[in-house]
Amino acid sequence: LFQYCLSGHPTLPCNVLKFKSTTIMLDCGLDMTSTLNFLPLPLVQSPRLSRLPGWVLKDGSTFLDKELKECSGHVFVDSVPEFCLPETELLDLSTVDVILISNYHCMMALPYITEYTGFTGTVYATEPTVQIGRLLMEELVNSIERVPKAQSASMWKNKEVQRLLPAPLKDAVEVSMWRKCYTMPEVNAALSKIQLVGYSQKIELFGAVQVTPLSSGYALGSSNWIIQSHYEKVSYVSGSSLLTTHPQPMDQASLKNSDVLILTGLTQIPTANPDGMVGEFCSNLAMTVRNGGNVLVPCYPSGVIYDLLECLYQYIDSAGLSNVPFYFISPVANSSLEFSQIFAEWLCHNKQTKVYLPEPPFPHAELIQTNKLKHYPSIHGDFSNDFKQPCVVFTGHPSLRFGDVVHFMELWGKSSLNTVIFTEPDFSYLDALAPYQPLAMKCVYCPIDTRLNFIQVSKLLKEVQPLHVVCPEQYTQPPPTQSHRTDLMIDCQPPPMSYRRAEVLTLPYKRRYEKIEIMPDVS
Amino acid sequence: MTRECSLLLPRVCAALADPRLPSSDDTCLEKLLDWFRELAESDPTVKLMQDNPCLTEFITSILALPEPSPSILSFTLRLAGILAASENRFQHLQQEQLLVRLFGRDGPLNSSLWEDASVRSGWVEGVHSMMHHQPALHFLCHGGGINTIFTLQGDPSLFVASAASQLLVHMLTLSVESETTKPLTTKDCDWPACARMIIKHIEDSLQSSSASDIEQSLKLLTGLFGSCRAAWTEVLWLGIVKQIKSFLMEETVRAPHALANLLLNMTWSPVFCNDEGSFWALVTSALEHFTPIEASPLAVGILRLYKCPQDVRIQALTVLLQPMDCILRAASQPLEYAGLLDESVSDPITVESLLSSKSSCAGLLCQTLAHLEELLSLVLLPVELPYPSLLRSLMTILQFCNGSVNPTSPLGSTISRILVNCFRVQRSALDVLAALSERKGCDTLIEDLFDVLLAYLESPNTSPTVLKKTFHATSKWLARLQELSCSNNQWQQTEKILKDVFLVLQKRLCSPCWEVRDSSLEFLTVLIQCLRDQDEFRQSLLSSEVPRLTESLLEDPESYVRASAVTAVGHLAFITYFAPESPVAGNLCNKEVSFTANTVAKLQEILSTDPEGFPRRAVISIFTKWLRQGCTGQLEDAEQFVSRVIQTVVHDLDWEVRLGGLELVEVFYTQTICQLGLPKCPYAPVSSAVTTSVPQDESLQIFCRAKLFSFLFQSLCDCDKPVAQRACDILLALRVTFHPISTLKDSQGAGDSPAGCGIAWLQRTLSQGSLAQNFPIDGANGVDFQDPESMMLALGTIDLEELHDELNKSSDHVEKSPQSLLQDILATVGTIKENEADCY
Repeated sequence: LFQYCLSGHPTLPCNVLKFKSTTIMLDCGLDMTSTLNFLPLPLVQSPRLSRLPGWVLKDGSTFLDKELKECSGHVFVDSVPEFCLPETELLDLSTVDVILISNYHCMMALPYITEYTGFTGTVYATEPTVQIGRLLMEELVNSIERVPKAQSASMWKNKEVQRLLPAPLKDAVEVSMWRKCYTMPEVNAALSKIQLVGYSQKIELFGAVQVTPLSSGYALGSSNWIIQSHYEKVSYVSGSSLLTTHPQPMDQASLKNSDVLILTGLTQIPTANPDGMVGEFCSNLAMTVRNGGNVLVPCYPSGVIYDLLECLYQYIDSAGLSNVPFYFISPVANSSLEFSQIFAEWLCHNKQTKVYLPEPPFPHAELIQTNKLKHYPSIHGDFSNDFKQPCVVFTGHPSLRFGDVVHFMELWGKSSLNTVIFTEPDFSYLDALAPYQPLAMKCVYCPIDTRLNFIQVSKLLKEVQPLHVVCPEQYTQPPPTQSHRTDLMIDCQPPPMSYRRAEVLTLPYKRRYEKIEIMPDVS
Repeated sequence: MTRECSLLLPRVCAALADPRLPSSDDTCLEKLLDWFRELAESDPTVKLMQDNPCLTEFITSILALPEPSPSILSFTLRLAGILAASENRFQHLQQEQLLVRLFGRDGPLNSSLWEDASVRSGWVEGVHSMMHHQPALHFLCHGGGINTIFTLQGDPSLFVASAASQLLVHMLTLSVESETTKPLTTKDCDWPACARMIIKHIEDSLQSSSASDIEQSLKLLTGLFGSCRAAWTEVLWLGIVKQIKSFLMEETVRAPHALANLLLNMTWSPVFCNDEGSFWALVTSALEHFTPIEASPLAVGILRLYKCPQDVRIQALTVLLQPMDCILRAASQPLEYAGLLDESVSDPITVESLLSSKSSCAGLLCQTLAHLEELLSLVLLPVELPYPSLLRSLMTILQFCNGSVNPTSPLGSTISRILVNCFRVQRSALDVLAALSERKGCDTLIEDLFDVLLAYLESPNTSPTVLKKTFHATSKWLARLQELSCSNNQWQQTEKILKDVFLVLQKRLCSPCWEVRDSSLEFLTVLIQCLRDQDEFRQSLLSSEVPRLTESLLEDPESYVRASAVTAVGHLAFITYFAPESPVAGNLCNKEVSFTANTVAKLQEILSTDPEGFPRRAVISIFTKWLRQGCTGQLEDAEQFVSRVIQTVVHDLDWEVRLGGLELVEVFYTQTICQLGLPKCPYAPVSSAVTTSVPQDESLQIFCRAKLFSFLFQSLCDCDKPVAQRACDILLALRVTFHPISTLKDSQGAGDSPAGCGIAWLQRTLSQGSLAQNFPIDGANGVDFQDPESMMLALGTIDLEELHDELNKSSDHVEKSPQSLLQDILATVGTIKENEADCY
């Protein structure tokens, strides 16, 4: 039983499991934090960005000044943003038989795997995962392709040159592996290889292994997976939540009696309670709007935004914000809002029951009907006619490097009345803001991450009692910035086995039995 | 006993003794017993029983029943006990052999009914009631009843067990005090027979191997030393002290809580607390041998004592503060802080192990913190606590709880892991923190303290209940900070802290959680109440967004929040609208966030239209406060203001709002009288030019114009009694003012004038009280409530005293009488009979 660890990011995993002659890839997350090293892509010409000085080496050399720009003491690559792919050299990815996707955030590298490695297998995912994953990819491709960049920087990636650069460019890993964004045809080709599955559906792989998706409670259609043979059971837990939000609750019981439990996708902000953060989000939003300022919420087009809109739906009137317009801008805004309403079987019990009533499961439908929430594919067109201030804008991308958010950062950044509220935990908000400095607008960090925290993990492990736990190395020690918080790590017996990027693990379980059938003529 | 009751009682007794009828309800039986107790106490002779032979007959008939209901049997036992409380009646009942049959071996004691706890309870209570004389004592001791009481000490029903223990204490005291002829001493202790039996039982139980026997005896002793302070208790104590000492020497102390309670009760007894050595040595030994959790209640009890040897006090202090000391040491570098305790007197190993365990850490800390709060809440604390170190330790606990402390020791890491996000400990620590603000000596730490408090106020992880407590502690310490700033002129520090507080308050006022918005508004109100005279405070508050946000919460969808917003806005007005001369308020006006007359209009609108009672109550309360503090003069003419408000509240459906309106009227009345120099207000400056009649006329005219009288007379007929009572009190005060000498006139005799007829109508209407329908105030029926002459006549004519007495009678004054009680019991029986007839 081997595990190949292709990603170092604990919440964007990509592992390959070799189990009984099958090769199974568990998720293919795409690490987008690499884009923070790039300059934002403005939708309209930004005099500020175009005036940024080129970076000059200490010895006065200027050969990089076209590729690298300096802004408030930070150096950025002036090129189309690139992403850090999972390891492709650790094993031959063309040998992968199946890919199991646990949620739509963990499939963003799929086109790179299916279209560039000779992959010929099948991808398994639930319907909402595929549909919303498609929306995320479509938004990503759209945001980058609609702002074509004349130049492409590559000189700085030369190892000799990179060594001379300031941090964090100097320390960026695997820059040679960074790739530009895929295209829509590639997305479509990748998605065509997906076979849809439902919760608890048993899928036989070559008669040797059975895989089953289970509800993980984190997002619409999000799954954990059971991979089992007659005598062995491996559970793959990725991006799970025990909180009562919109998706179906997590199925814990089926995880019991696992020989090995691979645990990834825990909360990235273990010290922040999501309820408290939602409260903080609402308070800051109301405070800004009451003072006449605008609020910008950089976000993905699906996921937490549904819960935020639901929370605002209840809060708007009490906070006296009934007349403040809420705008949701994304090329896929309309599809996202509509999709969420039709996946009834994937929703929590409360929302499922609403299907039988003459009201949609999510209250954002009412916000739209009453014109409190308006959605647009981009800032161009209707939006510019309807735009009124003060207002609240939800738009992507949370990295602040591309998408309509770049425009609003440029537009509102100079006024201290405005506030940008970060709710997505995937990017460091300080790094995201770096190319916009100096910035007058207020910045509030309210990361809302509903995935399991360490207390919940501890209870879960006590409940399901796996024989062995395997997890990313980040979960076996306190966070580097809070080294005294020994409560922020996995505590179980026997201690978990940890892995890091580009490592191959022999999982701590030896197969003892095998079921065989002997043909009568052989015996 | 009245004749009516004597006639009813035989029927009641017969009904109660009739087994075919279901038992009367327990409340009636309890009331009946209370009545018998009163009768029995007022006359110790046998007359009660001779005059009412039905009582004896009742007991006899119950005893004759093969299986009486447990509640009637219990009632009978208690009744017999009450009757036997006097020696004469005791003998009377003995002659009839009733007491033996009730309380002796052949009574309920040996029947299946004894299984019922109410019968056992009735037996113990009956015995307790009769235990006032030697014959009763001998009856119990020689009849074997005392053994039953010993057994009942371990009864499964806690009520019975506790009552048995109290009975033994009572019997022991009675025996010693009534049966000894000379004082008992250690050398000559010839205990009376009954006392000897009880003491032997105590001694035997203490030597028993059964933990429950030991605990029962300790409880009995606790009760005895708590209630009896006679010298003979020392003689008793000397007989058992050796055994008690031996308990403390055991590896695991048995019944530690009972032992601690015993010692605590003894510390209050002059017999023991004046002891020079052995008793206090035992207390010290207990403090040493108990675990920290067991010793803490004893320690805090000792620290409350004014009379206590110093070394015992130090020992108790060590026990109490040890967990706090361990926390401080676990979080800091060696030698960084002195700690709370001298290491030579403390052995922290046990406490450290308790703090390292997940199951005991929070419990120990919460207990310690609760005890500290208890001590700090005492006005006069007999012992000086190390306040600065205590504060530092509290801050450390709070930092452990929010994960912001980086401990250097392994113990610190363990505690940190256990305490992170522990709301229980957070709440307890914040309570102590608030109490500590009253104590001096912590001033150097105040800046660090506000860092901790602000971290809690700002953190989204702070739960609403913890936030409320943080607000409380912050308001207390802000008041302390202001005092400090006044004395050392460190305004910059204060201003910075206030600015940070208002910044976070601003955010909390926008919270989606209504509890948070509500407690934020309450916090603001408290701050204004404490600090409104300080320029720095006003400046910081008014330059923040808080006033504007507060005003916007007047429209909050949650009624509690609206009510709190009304109160906060009302208090804000004191430093804005009502203080225009203040430069700070002037600045506010420039910022266009001022409170205008619109705010007042908004409050009036809430008073007249808000669908919920809480906001309306808050408005009337604020209006009264404004009037009391003389602010309404700047609002408008107070007379018009009051008139308008009472015309609104008179129709309010909430009686508390109407009552609030009367309070407003009372303040207005007092102020008007004071301003015009009438003698009602003894401290008011009286102008020499003021004559007695001119202001009298003037004030009466003001009250009439403001429509006070129509409101007051209408309120007299209010269906809610507190409103009518308050209106009556105010009218009585008005009459004293305008008719200093009681000169009640006959309304008929007041002449046949129209006014006289009107008053007669008014009197008739008022006599109907709340039954009066459609009280007309528009001059119909000949009463002009705005006519001073008519009102003078009304005040002089209507018998307000009688109305007052009538209103002050409790609503069940008729039903409370014994006669009514007896009738009720009979009526219930009668109804049942009728129903039975219907059924067949």
